Amino acid sequence: MIGLSHYLIVSAIIFSIGLVGVLRRRNLLMLFFATEVMLNAVNIAFAAISHYYNDLTGQMFAFFIIAIAASEVAVGLGILIVLYKKYGSLNLDDLAKMKG
Amino acid sequence: MYEIVAFYLFSALTIGLFSVTVMSENVLYAMTSLAAGMVLISGFFFILGADFLGVVQLIVYVGAVMALYSFAMMFFDATRDIKEKNTNSALVFVLGGLSALVLVLMFSAPIYNDQIQALYPIHEGIGNAQDVGMVLFTKYLVPFEVAAVMLLVAMIAGIILAGKKMDTSLTEDVSVDDEIMIVKDEK
Repeated sequence: MIGLSHYLIVSAIIFSIGLVGVLRRRNLLMLFFATEVMLNAVNIAFAAISHYYNDLTGQMFAFFIIAIAASEVAVGLGILIVLYKKYGSLNLDDLAKMKG
Repeated sequence: MYEIVAFYLFSALTIGLFSVTVMSENVLYAMTSLAAGMVLISGFFFILGADFLGVVQLIVYVGAVMALYSFAMMFFDATRDIKEKNTNSALVFVLGGLSALVLVLMFSAPIYNDQIQALYPIHEGIGNAQDVGMVLFTKYLVPFEVAAVMLLVAMIAGIILAGKKMDTSLTEDVSVDDEIMIVKDEK
């Protein structure tokens, strides 16, 4: 039978895929995709815990995470369009202005 | 039996599709595999009995967010492969795996505890949507309204940032160039 730990392991694998994406991507649009992957992994964990502990709180948190992700995408894509119109590129290495 | 088959099928497909999202150099491939992975994640929600959450995942993520991404991709050059300078890839993999492991251990440590009691228990007789509605509009009413205001703010921000004067730049000062042009014309 499928237990809670199975779901948590799948969620952890997907989360680490997203984290690797955030660390290795240099394109801002691809970074957004990687953050979506991480948010979805957390949603799986919330729904699984909600099911196995017979508690609705996990599903509520997943709803609010979905709402936050939607507004993040709306604002973030607007900023990406402004950046692309200003610099003509979405590469983080091209956008870096401060040399440390 | 069906649950086991569905779980392993969905998890293998989701991990594969999200790996394509993270590794691919083409924006179109990445976005399509992300959308397909999100559909499969709603399958996880249906297995877990969170029907309403699965429907919301399908409508909001696969519908709205993916449509937003594909609209935004029309501004960028989507067909060209993205050239990225990936330095020290092995280090990134090790660091990402380790930090994800630490995060998972941190957050799953309190779960293996017998003292956890259900705050808002799931009722057996009524459907999931009704149950979610009753909790959402009583105990979580204030966060719900705050989320509504946040979505309104995000919508206004998106319109201001992307919708206004699509042909010119928002941040560059265009009026100076116009004045120079006018002065040149007068001469």
